[in-house]
Amino acid sequence: MTSLTVFFIGLFYFAALVLIGGVAYRIYEYSRTPAPLIIPTTPAPTTRSGVAMRMTREVVFFESLFKSNKWIWVFGWLFHVGLALVLFRHLRYFQEPVWFVVEFIQPFGKYASFAMVIGLAGLWARRFLVDRVRYISTPSDHLMLALLIAIGVSGMMMTFVAPTDIVALKAFALGLVVFDWHPLPNDLFLIAHLALVALLMIIFPISKLLHAPGIFFSPTRNMVDNPRERRHLAPWAAALDRNKN
Amino acid sequence: MAGPEFEVPALSDYTVVPKIKEGATAHLKTFPAAEPTQTYLGYPYQLGEDWKERAIDRMGEILDKYRSVRVFMDACVHCGACTDKCHYFLGTADPNNMPVARQDLMRKVYRRYFTLPGKIAPWLVGAEDLTEDTLNQWHNYYHQCSECRRCSVYCPYGIDTAEITMAGREILNYVGIGQKYSSEILNKVQKIGNNLGLPGPALEDTLEGLEEDILDDTGVAVKIPLDVKGAEILLVTPSADFFSEPHVDSLIGYAKVFHAAGVSWTLSTHASEAGNFGLFNGNYETMRNVAMRIRDAAIELGVKRIIVGECGHAWRVAYAYWNTLTGIGWGGADEFSKQLQDQLDMRYPQPMHICEYTWDLIEKGALKFDKSQNDHRVITYHDSCNVARASRMGDEPGGQFTIPRNIIKAVANHFHDMPEGTIGEATFCCGGGGGMLTDDLIEARVKGALPRMNAYNSVVQKDKVNFLALICAICKAQFTKVLPYYGFDRGSVGGVHQLVSSAIKLD
Repeated sequence: MTSLTVFFIGLFYFAALVLIGGVAYRIYEYSRTPAPLIIPTTPAPTTRSGVAMRMTREVVFFESLFKSNKWIWVFGWLFHVGLALVLFRHLRYFQEPVWFVVEFIQPFGKYASFAMVIGLAGLWARRFLVDRVRYISTPSDHLMLALLIAIGVSGMMMTFVAPTDIVALKAFALGLVVFDWHPLPNDLFLIAHLALVALLMIIFPISKLLHAPGIFFSPTRNMVDNPRERRHLAPWAAALDRNKN
Repeated sequence: MAGPEFEVPALSDYTVVPKIKEGATAHLKTFPAAEPTQTYLGYPYQLGEDWKERAIDRMGEILDKYRSVRVFMDACVHCGACTDKCHYFLGTADPNNMPVARQDLMRKVYRRYFTLPGKIAPWLVGAEDLTEDTLNQWHNYYHQCSECRRCSVYCPYGIDTAEITMAGREILNYVGIGQKYSSEILNKVQKIGNNLGLPGPALEDTLEGLEEDILDDTGVAVKIPLDVKGAEILLVTPSADFFSEPHVDSLIGYAKVFHAAGVSWTLSTHASEAGNFGLFNGNYETMRNVAMRIRDAAIELGVKRIIVGECGHAWRVAYAYWNTLTGIGWGGADEFSKQLQDQLDMRYPQPMHICEYTWDLIEKGALKFDKSQNDHRVITYHDSCNVARASRMGDEPGGQFTIPRNIIKAVANHFHDMPEGTIGEATFCCGGGGGMLTDDLIEARVKGALPRMNAYNSVVQKDKVNFLALICAICKAQFTKVLPYYGFDRGSVGGVHQLVSSAIKLD
């Protein structure tokens, strides 16, 4: 086994640990921090199932963003839906036999990469063209888009221009899952693609990518509008009740 | 008084998003709070040696106590969706008035001291050390936010800048930089019972005078009772209703409604204020102390129902927080809550908004109106931000929009809404809410009112509207002050219950 293979095996285990451990820690942190007051942005659902609907519309269709700005919505939604399809398509590298749906999605997943990259390019263009967005953009905002576009383009190169040894790649990927390691094909686009993906996994829990778990914990979206019917009390606030009364 | 010099924005019928102008309102500084009022609130009044440690400590505590602040600090992706949503940005063009930039004033400090990338590579992620300049920026721009939540409607993650502004003000207070206006009010309400510092005897005199006015005006002896034990209803209303114009006309309206309904009701000197500036400054304990006066008055007077007058942020605190803070509401299983629940009438929501009460009577046919009494008025309705985006009326989501409009349509013949995108959940703030209703911030108030003034202007031009109805004491005071800057008559603003008062038939 080459040193390249060994390096990437190590890198992916490390990246997976950081991603899973990091995001799990963030979720723990968000969930243990109380929301002391009922603050849904109203009009808000008055039932839990209503809130589940609101959250679904928000996560699947980006409802608030749609109200806000159609350009950001179009580019943002293209990117996220494209990414979701592409990710789903990639499941086939990690399973044998491949699920039917994953098989079925392959052609869609392939072309979804265009949606993904076009969406990203649109979002990046706004960082230069709209003075308000230019003002708030930090170097990391630009680099994040560059990273995602580089991942998308390097992947597309392998899909559409210079195919890599897909059988060997699958053996490598599946090997990571079942701890039966196989060599990584020595292919420039593949190595770039995998290295960038690992980088993305590693920075996920310490970057703005935390918006993904964060939205589920956003009190203005996930709280039920029922303050007159339910007494909502955070533990630290309940302590005030006991002390003073 | 010679006002500060500034250019009033040109009126239009549609608000255009301006190009950013860096530092456009960097000179706007609200007056700092003085020693006595800050000491009473438990804050220092100037920066001490250890201000930086104190600020970071307080930020850490807030991050541990408020999920909103913790999640909002992490979740923003700088997408820009909020950048054209704030009325202060639209009116001033200062980029720090874009909600995301306002948040970033705190986020840069959060990243520097609480995140790994900010600790090792601050330049990469926009992290910065906390300096006195930072505090100055906070003092400027966290007092150019009315906590109206319009940005939170449009944020894909629901990030509510109001939560950040509140946290920012709390940290500022904690290191010794308070705001004179809010600090004084929070003293008066806790020492005297209302934001205006109106003592009991003065209140009694005022109410007697109003009773005489109503008698002269209508020939009917409508009472405005004060501190009546055993009354069925306790009305808690903003103290501005007692003597400010046009607020007082709504108070007369409530009194006439209660009179027509034939119920016993009372005001309270101890709880002669619905407003709660504790909300604006993000201090839970202060907000709770202020709200607790209402619980105490309710228990003292033995009332069965608690009804809240026309006030935006007060209704937010009453509707959304009173149950949490004071046990006024249902569902609490603890001793503290049960004590009050046993006393209150379980057939009604507690607390109830005066508009819910009046609309309920109208639906039952219990009130009679002569709508022609409002025929000289062509009316539009301004949704006040805290009512619109932080509360509800009635049983259905959105009742806070329909109920006040239904009342207006029941008592008047001419009603026109302002354009879509400026009302309902998208409503534009009056420009004076959230602790900004002070003369030292007049420039921000006038400029921040621009989007609302443009929307109002469009119905003035199109539908000949001449009356801006609303249900918020701060909005009333703000518009009375700001309308003339845009060439409108200050007398064209008033409460929904002012309209009720004009049309109601009394026996």
